[in-house]
Amino acid sequence: MKNNVNRELPDNLMEKMDYKPFESVEIGNPVVQRVAPTVRVSNGENKIKDSLEDVVKENVKDGMTISFHHHFREGDYVFNKVMRIIIDMGIKNLTLAPSSLTNVMNDMVVEAIEAGTVTNITSSGMRGSLGDAVSHGALKEPVIFRSHGGRARAIEEGKIKIDVAFLGVPNADEMGNANGMEGKAVFGSLGYALMDAQYANKVVLLTDNIVAYPNTPASIKQTQVDYIVKVDEVGNPDKIGSGATRFTKDPKELKIAKMVNDVITNSPYFKDGFSFQTGSGGAALAVTRYLRQSMIDNHIKASFALGGITKPTTDLLKEGLIEKVMDVQDFDKGAAASMHDNPNQQEIDASWYADPDNKGAVVDKLDVVILSALEVDTKFNVNVMSGSDGVIRGAIGGHQDAATAKLTIISTPLVRGRIATVVNDVTTVVTPGDSIDVIVTEVGIAINPKRQDLIDRLAKVPGLPIFTIDELQAMAQKIVGEAKPLEFTDRTVAMVEYRDGSIIDTIKEVKD
Amino acid sequence: MSDNEQRLRRTMMFVPGNNPAMLKDAGIYGADSVMFDLEDAVSLAEKDSARNLVYQALKTVDYGNTELVVRINGLDTEFYKDDVYAMVKAGIDVIRLPKTETADMIHELEAVVVEAEKKFGREVGSTNLMAAIESAKGVLNANEIAGASDRMIGIALSAEDYTTDMKTHRYPDGRELDFARNMILHAARANDIAAFDTVFTNMNDTEGFMRETEYIHQLGYDGKSLVNPRQIPMVNQVYAPTKKEIENARGVIHAIEEAKIKGSGVISMNGQMVDRPVVLRAQRVMNLAKASNLVDEEGNYIEE
Repeated sequence: MKNNVNRELPDNLMEKMDYKPFESVEIGNPVVQRVAPTVRVSNGENKIKDSLEDVVKENVKDGMTISFHHHFREGDYVFNKVMRIIIDMGIKNLTLAPSSLTNVMNDMVVEAIEAGTVTNITSSGMRGSLGDAVSHGALKEPVIFRSHGGRARAIEEGKIKIDVAFLGVPNADEMGNANGMEGKAVFGSLGYALMDAQYANKVVLLTDNIVAYPNTPASIKQTQVDYIVKVDEVGNPDKIGSGATRFTKDPKELKIAKMVNDVITNSPYFKDGFSFQTGSGGAALAVTRYLRQSMIDNHIKASFALGGITKPTTDLLKEGLIEKVMDVQDFDKGAAASMHDNPNQQEIDASWYADPDNKGAVVDKLDVVILSALEVDTKFNVNVMSGSDGVIRGAIGGHQDAATAKLTIISTPLVRGRIATVVNDVTTVVTPGDSIDVIVTEVGIAINPKRQDLIDRLAKVPGLPIFTIDELQAMAQKIVGEAKPLEFTDRTVAMVEYRDGSIIDTIKEVKD
Repeated sequence: MSDNEQRLRRTMMFVPGNNPAMLKDAGIYGADSVMFDLEDAVSLAEKDSARNLVYQALKTVDYGNTELVVRINGLDTEFYKDDVYAMVKAGIDVIRLPKTETADMIHELEAVVVEAEKKFGREVGSTNLMAAIESAKGVLNANEIAGASDRMIGIALSAEDYTTDMKTHRYPDGRELDFARNMILHAARANDIAAFDTVFTNMNDTEGFMRETEYIHQLGYDGKSLVNPRQIPMVNQVYAPTKKEIENARGVIHAIEEAKIKGSGVISMNGQMVDRPVVLRAQRVMNLAKASNLVDEEGNYIEE
């Protein structure tokens, strides 16, 4: 069968896994049923455990679903510590359901797959040796990729049923009250982990910092936690965030950022009380700086900034240019520290952030978002998942979710090295073109023809060259030439869900 | 060449000829001219490969309306003839000769350019020339150099070599360059070609860069050589005409149109006769205003 972004989907898998093909970015008003976790009743005695091995032995069984969060990013020590024990105990057929997988986890996951410990994975994304292994057919069952909002939905609706969640935290008291803001390995918001804490049958906290009861503010609450295990270190603070986020000096990134800012400030959404989300890349950070100046010049303040938060954004909060920051994760130390100090920086969970099957998520109120892309095609579909070699090397993150904003801007170079970014057809559709409004490259912009209002408005902006998306594609191809089509086998190695749980695309095993 | 007279040359951005990524993107930053460097930016071992690379870039990349200049290796090197041949074949707009000291050096270069134009079937005279002045001798001969050929479109000061030759170095206030700057500017104006100021290399000293750019703008330079695309908007900002200048220029242009309609040979504005220099300045102001995105194609103000 084909879905609405013209992707051929394997009938047998769609039927077997009970999936519907992607139809529309409109969610509508369906009535959905949520699930609740089982609760092992406790009055709090003996929650603190000395032995992680014992906790694993007593709680993790063959065939279970286990989860982790990725807030420690490349500084994570928790994942490998737990997985080492699980592999060594010979536990089999687990489903791994972390909020995402970072590079430090790759080798361990590959080993767990080879040992038969892990046979299913659902994640926001994967990269490096793990992406390579999965793209070469390491897993029998296809990986399921979900956006952050999509994962929250799947957990709430029981599509992901977590048996045991292992959650690393920089502090916890003896009952399990914990937050991400104090201790050695701080990362700020616990946004993604809050889903696991709320919905997993068993919640195990790992911390290197047991503090006095009651530990407040408590992001994870004692009512949710079964065990607390003291470990030497939960993470490497130097690798959690990017440290001091530096302003790019790359003239091409600056040029793109300037044009992104021109698009925003000339759009109908740039007015007092608007809201925005930016990413953490060089150009996105530069946009924040240009936007700051435009906000000052035009006496405009934002009601809120959303998403993964960086220091340039919390600086705007401090400066009074943003009223509130709605924070699902922090990308650098500055943003994490600001969450600790500034009551206007609100920690939100992944459901509040972006769950489509909700009574309203924050993304529903989002005016402007700047997102990146590995590829964009002439239908405005975006790929953030598979590389130019067809191998998995990315993550959906909040891409599909935030793209539902009123003005969704993709900022990307026209070509990267010898690889075209604007193409006829993306390798993998992750975010449908219907939710994308403007593509900004270093040579100029393309506006989705469905947004005639934006075309009319932006046409008058001096120094902002407007092309059709086909013209951009032709320019890219003229520079790098026509790429030889990638070769895949018929075997499906991953299913990519749209945020509503329908299938927007699949990823096939690479042939090489 | 009326085209050359009207062309804006506020910014001439240097691009190392051995850097593919920079060659590919050189056209996107809005420089009026891009100067591909085969000389100082390229080590001896890379002279051939850089020449090939720039040749291919010129044949492949669409640089739009940007004026394309190449700095070839000096007449005293073994590379310069091959440089000229390859660049003429590729259809370069302007060849820039480094370390120019005499009019004869321009004549020598021109002879090779003519050879190349004939050999590759390009119209004889289609390749323009410009000279970089980098020594005391060059400064003293600036007038002859500027007038050495009809192909000459500009003359540029290159201050690093020049200050060394003068037994000094560059100072923040630039006073050591006063004589050279004025000589070169006069040579350019006397021969009706463009004058380019030298590069400013300290990217962290924005204030110093702006001060120097304002100074050379005041002197009357057409523009400045640049080492980084981030300097382009700063130069353009200095060269952007004021609202008053634009109003005045629009008045002059309006007067010309009225005179045309009336069939009158004499142009007058507010009862005063408008002579040619005033007309030329008005046209230049309007060109600058358009290039600075201050007015649209019809000359109407773009509201912020």
